[in-house]
Amino acid sequence: MKQTVRVTVNGRLYEEEVEPRQLLSYFLRETIGLTGTHIGCIIGECGACTVQVNGTLVKSCLMFAVQANGKEITTIEGLAEGDALHPVQEAFINNYGFQCGYCTPGMIMAADSLLKKNPNPSEEEIREGLAGNLCMCTGYVQIVAAVKEAAGQVDNG
Amino acid sequence: MIPGAFDYHAPASLEEALSLLSANVDDAKVLAGGQSLLPLMKLRLAKPEVIIDIGGLAELNYIREEGDHIAIGALATYTDVAESDLIQNRCPLLAQTAVVVGDVQVRNRGTVGGGLAHADPAEDLPAAILALDAELKAAGPDGERWIPASEFFVTMLTTSLLPEELLTEIRVPARDGYKTSYQKVSRQAAGFAIVGVAACLKESADGVCEDISVAVTGMTDVAFRAEKVEAALRGEKLDDSAIASAAALVTDGVDPIEDVNATPAYRAHLAQVYVERTIQAARAG
Repeated sequence: MKQTVRVTVNGRLYEEEVEPRQLLSYFLRETIGLTGTHIGCIIGECGACTVQVNGTLVKSCLMFAVQANGKEITTIEGLAEGDALHPVQEAFINNYGFQCGYCTPGMIMAADSLLKKNPNPSEEEIREGLAGNLCMCTGYVQIVAAVKEAAGQVDNG
Repeated sequence: MIPGAFDYHAPASLEEALSLLSANVDDAKVLAGGQSLLPLMKLRLAKPEVIIDIGGLAELNYIREEGDHIAIGALATYTDVAESDLIQNRCPLLAQTAVVVGDVQVRNRGTVGGGLAHADPAEDLPAAILALDAELKAAGPDGERWIPASEFFVTMLTTSLLPEELLTEIRVPARDGYKTSYQKVSRQAAGFAIVGVAACLKESADGVCEDISVAVTGMTDVAFRAEKVEAALRGEKLDDSAIASAAALVTDGVDPIEDVNATPAYRAHLAQVYVERTIQAARAG
């Protein structure tokens, strides 16, 4: 039996009928068409599908869409303000913080979440904060450099 | 990687959750944070027909001081536990363990009660709650009962909770004045413990061990107390050689599991090394 899910995604309210078994990652991509959230391993190890739910970093493949009912979600599409990229996005560009780009949305969501909690993390704290996000190209050095550059620029209010 | 279909219920109270569970006892799984259950459902290793989502029950989400104990609601997340000032101050072993569970995302969603009730033999927290002599509160249709941590884990993925019971609270004694540590070896991507060791000890000013508990996870189908290690050190002077020879006893009478991560012989070696390392880390603070 389908269930009604009401969620706010990047400030916009969606109300959809979904199967309870639908994962939040598929809800975002296929039901409401926000394909910036990538699907990698789909078993909760790679972090490509990472989003923020009520400000908390989560893997959207480890949540059913029905569990997000009544909650506020931010995806990679919700970070930029108009044409102005988010400081973490700018820093990833400046530091070549991606190779194939597949892990990038999840990495950026994780980096934003880390910097909101800890505006000036050490390298070890950055690596720990991104430990749930895997880069199969192994471009970690540039990713860490990007997060260092963005440190102090993320509004934690 | 799509889970099987199920009927979804999101009860508004513990009472409603318990009656749903009793009514669907053969077909239902309880969903809390879902960080263990969803992977199993996607792999179709679990195919429940009914899901009872207790994730919204605020009455099960708390961490509070109750005299010389700390009460943790089953829905407190690993992040809640790791960041709790109360737990860091009065029972640091729990925070030290919670902070190395999985990764950030898993700690944010995963709940203490869900993880313990799931009873994966590679989970971290079972070692800590065994070392702390925690008690677990089970609520069922006939009321509540307390289960000592030592009687909670039965075998792989099986606890002594009855099918119609829910784990609602974990109660740990405060360990003021104790030195504690949790150390593990794990595979990076998943974070599960190949071997994990929790140690909780009290030593006198001249280094004599007044009390010690050591528990090991990842080694066998359930986490266990390393009683021979404890007995060898209790009342003894804690020096390097005493700790090393006591640590070697952790594998006495233990038959380690074999899986893709480690052979039994390698697990046995890791256990000895990590018991020694964890006791030393606890002493070093």
